[in-house]
Amino acid sequence: MPTLLYFARLRETFGVEREQVPLPAPASVAGLLDALRARGSVWATELAPGRAFRVAVNQRVANAETAVADTDEIAIFPPVTGG
Amino acid sequence: MHPADSVRVQTAPFDIGDEHARIAALSHATGAIASFTGLMRDTNEGDAVRAMTLEHYPGMTEAALVEIVTDARKRWALQAVTVVHRVGTLLPGEAIVLVLTASAHRGEAFSACEFIMDYLKTRAPFWKKEETPAGSRWVDARASDDDAAARWIDDGVTD
Repeated sequence: MPTLLYFARLRETFGVEREQVPLPAPASVAGLLDALRARGSVWATELAPGRAFRVAVNQRVANAETAVADTDEIAIFPPVTGG
Repeated sequence: MHPADSVRVQTAPFDIGDEHARIAALSHATGAIASFTGLMRDTNEGDAVRAMTLEHYPGMTEAALVEIVTDARKRWALQAVTVVHRVGTLLPGEAIVLVLTASAHRGEAFSACEFIMDYLKTRAPFWKKEETPAGSRWVDARASDDDAAARWIDDGVTD
């Protein structure tokens, strides 16, 4: 099962740092986001289309079409604010 | 990564003099070292800030910094690059980030230093949380940082 990581404000809002989820269908970032939004409440609002968040697959910046596999590490986080 | 380069994410403070001396000693082909130090301010968005906590994504953050330095090396002839970024809790006045770029001449050192900071601000996974009198809050990303990074795309230099 893919491992999901959440960072910063999204980690606090979701109340989860790391979890494993079933491989979504379709097996893509878009499919995964749909599965998470289906949880409702903060998941639906924070991950709504148009909200500012980023997704990385295996520590590389990803987009909606990026494929996800069983062993992947997928991170969801807010826009970065370092420096 | 180039053997003369150093990219680190750490909780400990860094010593700018030590870092500067290290890259100055690496090559006598170096004629210029540009440096940028980012410091923690005691105010933001009009509010007092008494502390800040920086979070990162171990692994991806370091890889993103290496990629930014590699990108800078494609654009300018650099003898050495140092990037040190702190994480954890910082107090006003403390240094957050250091970028040093060594080159034969100042123009390339200045440009590379600014480029690395502009890209770090928008591409490296770090997040700041501020402690204010009203409580703690996550810092929002700024559109002006995206604009600063975008400048480098249209400067006639391709990857």
